[in-house]
Amino acid sequence: MKLMTCPLNGPRNISEFVYGGEVKAMPNHKTCSDKEWADYVFYADNTIKIIQEWWFHSPSGYWFIAERHTASDEILRTFDPSELYQERIDFGHEEGVKGGVV
Amino acid sequence: MPFSLLKYGLSNDYPFEKDADLPAPTELKRHYDVVIIGGGGHGVATAYYLAKYHGMTNVAILEKGYLGGGNTARNTAVIRSNYLTSEGVKFYKQSVDMFQGLSNEFDFNIMYSSRGQLTLAHTDATVRSFRQRTEVNKHFGGRTELIDPQQIKELVPTLNMNPADMPILAGLWHIDGATARHDAVAWGYAKGATQRGVELHQLTEVTGVTVEQGKVTGVTTNRGAVSCGCVVQAVAGHSSLVASMAGIRMPITTYPLQAMVTQPVKPFLDPLVSSSALHCYVQQTGRGEIVFGGGSDPYPLYNTRSTLDLKESLLASAVEMFPFMANLKLMRQWAGITDMTSDYSPIMGLSPIKNYYLDAGWGTWGFKSTPICGKTMAELVASGGKVPELIAPFSMDRFDVFRQVNEMGATAASH
Repeated sequence: MKLMTCPLNGPRNISEFVYGGEVKAMPNHKTCSDKEWADYVFYADNTIKIIQEWWFHSPSGYWFIAERHTASDEILRTFDPSELYQERIDFGHEEGVKGGVV
Repeated sequence: MPFSLLKYGLSNDYPFEKDADLPAPTELKRHYDVVIIGGGGHGVATAYYLAKYHGMTNVAILEKGYLGGGNTARNTAVIRSNYLTSEGVKFYKQSVDMFQGLSNEFDFNIMYSSRGQLTLAHTDATVRSFRQRTEVNKHFGGRTELIDPQQIKELVPTLNMNPADMPILAGLWHIDGATARHDAVAWGYAKGATQRGVELHQLTEVTGVTVEQGKVTGVTTNRGAVSCGCVVQAVAGHSSLVASMAGIRMPITTYPLQAMVTQPVKPFLDPLVSSSALHCYVQQTGRGEIVFGGGSDPYPLYNTRSTLDLKESLLASAVEMFPFMANLKLMRQWAGITDMTSDYSPIMGLSPIKNYYLDAGWGTWGFKSTPICGKTMAELVASGGKVPELIAPFSMDRFDVFRQVNEMGATAASH
């Protein structure tokens, strides 16, 4: 059984968590080109390195960020997203997306 | 017999060298018309058809490990064409047709066994999608029928008709479904290609790709540099990594896929049986072993390690389908690395680099496409980059214009 340390709940079985994709900057969907949006949605470096990714602790409904190596599967660090995101990202805002930049 | 053994033991002239399946390794030449990165089924099939149909034999297959030692040896050898999209069904149908003649063509037994594939529906929604798949398949000449629980019972008497309290409502019965020996497919193509003059270089790892003015001109390897007219990349499980050497970013995420096999038992299961709701497929090999497979791992990873979590959940489903299997022992388990695309269709054709051709994104559908993939990639290479109509929908730039080929008939999707 592989364990992951949830910043909120401590070490739990990895089967309690749902993978949520790599942490990456979202372009402004109102101003970016189709190619930029496709790049954001579909393309990825998908390489062997330590990446930051979103994870979800399903039983408690809590999203957080983990640093994990994509070949050894070692989880180096998990932390609350507030470390990276200080302001709320309002996707539907008239003036476009404010946050989304790491 | 002992005397002849002794005789050949003392001599340099071994009796088998004359009719060896593969020629002895040679030095790398300095230039090839075509360099194929990856000596798996797809790579050797492409080389074979280049030599056979297009007379191109100044071709090198560069393989970092050994022939067919990657995902060609790790898949569960299912051959079928009962997909959902027109693009997919047309493509895989031709592959199934070609598989049927391969043993004769190679004069080498690939142990093709046409046993049919049965996919089970447990919900009304799945029955509806099966109806659609049946009609699409028939339209393109495949043999697929929707069958009822009584017919399923007759086909597979040992099947529990109410697995995990999800009664079986109907089945997608794909009569053309088959299996074959995956290693033999790679060996047969390699034998045919090398006999025609193609060079297969094993233990030769490509470490860099030389691109000049947006055009590929050569590759560097652990055995030195070679220049080339064009490159075909066929490295399932490492597509993003190899493409990045040419500066190409791909719409792929890479996941492990685990499978396992039991000790051999008497023949009891003829068709390949798959359940859409239980995320599990089961088949019995010609040797009597039962092969289990399911969907990819829940998160991306470049590692063929195995996990107890996945084994437990997959086997729980298998035992629901065939309760007597609870008493069997597992003999082997392994994992492959699958390059998944977000629409469950492959990426074939041109790349942003001129003369650098992509054969990638083969997720869980690579083995079954080996012959048609080799044939169409050879056409693409021989014509100098004119994309054959059959694979045009699978170009990488479909993602740039949001024209995905949504293949929900893929194992990873329906599971």
